[in-house]
Amino acid sequence: MTNYLEVRNLSKRFGDFSALGDISLDIAEGEFVCFLGPSGCGKTTLLRAIAGLDPQTSGTIRQKGRDVSGLPPAQRDFGIVFQSYALFPNLTVTDNVGYGLVSRRQARATIARRVDELLALVGLPDSGSKYPAQLSGGQQQRVALARALATSPGLLLLDEPLSALDARVRLRLRHEIKALQRTLGVTTIMVTHDQEEALTMADRIVVMNHGAIEQVGTPQEIYRQPATAFVADFVGSMNFLSGTLEAPERVKIGGRAFACPAQDGLAVGTAVRLSIRPEDVRVRDLPADIANRVAVDVAELDFVGAFCRATLKVQGDSDVALVADFSSNLIRDLGVAIGSRLDVALPPDRVRVYAA
Amino acid sequence: MSLTTSAPKIGLRLNLSRDDLLMRGGLVALAGVLLLIVGLPLWALLAKGFQDGDGRYVGLANYVSYFSTPALFNSALNSLHVAAVCTAIVVPVAFLYAYALTRAALPAKWLFQGISLIPIFAPSLLPGLALVYLFGNQGFFKGLIGGSIYGFDGIVIAQVFYCLPHAIMILVTALATADARLYEAADALGASKLRVFFTVTLPGAKYGLISAALVVFTLVITDFGIAKVIGGNFNVLATDVYKQVIGQQNFSMGAVVGMVLLAPAALAFVVDHLVQRKQVALLTARAVPLVPKPKFGRDLFFTAFCTLVSAGILAILGMAAWGSLIKYWPYNLSLTLANYEFANFDSNGWESYFNSLRMAAGAAIAGTALMFVGAWLNEKTKGFGVVRSAVQLLAFLPMAVPGIVLGLGYIFFFNAPNNPLNFLYATMAILVINTVAHFYTVGHLTATTALKQIDPEFESVSASLKVPIWKTFGRVTAPICLPAILDIAIYLFVNAMTTVSSVIFLYAPDTKLASVAAVNIEETGATAAAAALCLVIVATSASVKALHLLADRFLLGRLQAWRRR
Repeated sequence: MTNYLEVRNLSKRFGDFSALGDISLDIAEGEFVCFLGPSGCGKTTLLRAIAGLDPQTSGTIRQKGRDVSGLPPAQRDFGIVFQSYALFPNLTVTDNVGYGLVSRRQARATIARRVDELLALVGLPDSGSKYPAQLSGGQQQRVALARALATSPGLLLLDEPLSALDARVRLRLRHEIKALQRTLGVTTIMVTHDQEEALTMADRIVVMNHGAIEQVGTPQEIYRQPATAFVADFVGSMNFLSGTLEAPERVKIGGRAFACPAQDGLAVGTAVRLSIRPEDVRVRDLPADIANRVAVDVAELDFVGAFCRATLKVQGDSDVALVADFSSNLIRDLGVAIGSRLDVALPPDRVRVYAA
Repeated sequence: MSLTTSAPKIGLRLNLSRDDLLMRGGLVALAGVLLLIVGLPLWALLAKGFQDGDGRYVGLANYVSYFSTPALFNSALNSLHVAAVCTAIVVPVAFLYAYALTRAALPAKWLFQGISLIPIFAPSLLPGLALVYLFGNQGFFKGLIGGSIYGFDGIVIAQVFYCLPHAIMILVTALATADARLYEAADALGASKLRVFFTVTLPGAKYGLISAALVVFTLVITDFGIAKVIGGNFNVLATDVYKQVIGQQNFSMGAVVGMVLLAPAALAFVVDHLVQRKQVALLTARAVPLVPKPKFGRDLFFTAFCTLVSAGILAILGMAAWGSLIKYWPYNLSLTLANYEFANFDSNGWESYFNSLRMAAGAAIAGTALMFVGAWLNEKTKGFGVVRSAVQLLAFLPMAVPGIVLGLGYIFFFNAPNNPLNFLYATMAILVINTVAHFYTVGHLTATTALKQIDPEFESVSASLKVPIWKTFGRVTAPICLPAILDIAIYLFVNAMTTVSSVIFLYAPDTKLASVAAVNIEETGATAAAAALCLVIVATSASVKALHLLADRFLLGRLQAWRRR
């Protein structure tokens, strides 16, 4: 597989502060990659280094085989969309979209055709003569996208493009951007702090924290097999139970032992955290011999709409608490209420163990 | 891919784009220009203070002789005294006036606001002239005051008139940035009006008050025109510089007095700068602006107060206007336009007024271009920190330098026989250059503020679209900043029309300006003609400002349809 973008040993320092530490990353042609992480994790710094807007302190970047590490932005091949849209307020939508085309000395008619084509592509065929201030936030973001795509760049960079929009518009644009990216096949990097956005849009997610990459993987991998406790915690909700690794396949928590997948990397006797997602806690139809069965009291029940989030206290070990998602059906069928006693199971194949 | 992780880290060599090179070149040129028009003249002044009349180095001898000559040293004390008293009067009055404009429901607020700005359009000698008419040796109300208006009292009254608009503008800005929710919260917590004033209003305006006090102090200490006209035998630093240089041709001592004059102004500037840095944005994007609700007692009080202050301002302006139209004060009070025949009082006649117009237009055009492009270069150039800091420093310096000091520096620097720029001396160009330099800071700050308010990613976007940065400057940045650009141009024009202090050393017979001619005419005793010339200046600069406001309101809205939602 040929890599479209190769980032090698990229570091960025601001004085004593290391914003990016030794990042290496490959991105394939046509891929949609999300940089995901909390604010200050270095995801935007990495994007801006790739664009050449804020060059790295050391390390190399190759784009389509060409070393672009030291090149100014104007000599690289990318289109960019910012959270603020950065639309030129004094130019019409047409002039904004055509901004990069005009300086390429193309015939006026060619430019006009291309602009119309792009506006149709982003679903704003009749807004060419308007000014940005006359458009809604979502429309402005589409114009910004059209402008970035106008020069047919090989790489599309999206810096938190949806964060300034309200929730409904955000949901709709997610699908539109993803569909557009698929149609055009343009290699795309999107920076976001919204895990749901990353999970729904990306082919691959790069989870970052403190200027380093925690995990690179498909959305399913990131969600199902988080490589580190940070990823497990940052993406989706997760229960963490502190204990000790008693045997390669057994963790002791409080007075109980829990079965888990075999741990090769961790020495027996180390302090660990056992994790499970709230939706993976099993309640119904537990076979008599099921592993990791625990008797619990329902301590709290928070109505979240489609389901209820229950806080469960392990009987006889009341400082061990667990959060589980119960569907409305389940609550009705089993008559779950605050104070109910239940048997639940933590399926060993859904359990993951991290060093504490 | 195990190979890549062991690869050695490569130090990065950055290639500069054409844009980067262009910007850096521009910035170096700008630093050079600022050095020539601000830095080196001041350096020449500093050096002059350590030389004797023949240019030999004499160490601190001039300073020693300055501080051991009571007549000279007393002027410094006089200057400080006058400045302190004026500050103590102007700041409370300006605060009340600004409070009325922002926090009370005044009738005809725009009128009160407009009247308070009038003094800005006048050369500083105008209030002096008006006081001569009112309380001078042959004044209308001479009997009302015990002694003579010439001296301390006259200077203070005239300075209050002259400084009021500056303080009011600063305080209006400070008081306008109020969050209504703070007041609602205080109300909800049951705080008394007085407590709200001391815990919410005053702290919010604290930095504005400090700033206003420092500005007034500096204005008074550095002003030349008022002390010249109504100072009598009461000597202050600014008039001393003039006397040493023009009267006694003692350039070294002039330089020393200039340096002494520079000290308090520079100190005030530094203090203000340090204080402002502590200020955080009080008005967040989520703040709810405070809109005063009508309240009878309060509004009545403030309307009365503003009427009184406005009447004072109008009385001084009106007195000067009336005086300029009178045949022979105070014996023949019939009206005449004879005092506007300036040729009868000064050999240049009306020509000095046209010189002023030419100079002001030149300064407005050249200065605005330099300030805006300069601020843009300084904001948008990547890296290059040392040069950017140097430009920033040189751009801030003029604010701390009194005009008369800068003017003196210009003599020493541009008139030096070995200076290749010597040919500029005694030309219209040097007046324009000096005026641009003198008022550089405010224009630079206005441009910088405007540039900071636009999206910082415009340049990133145009780089990604391979559009040269200067094209984006022309197509996007400058058009967006048009209101700020106009502000700078008008500011330069008005100040070029009214300034006296910095250009008084630099004019040649054929480049004399109206404001300088007014000083010369007043020296001959023709007060009415001097007042007439001052009024022509007021009328011109006020009309230009009015045109600006109209253009802002009607023309700009039409040309820049994109600003409408």
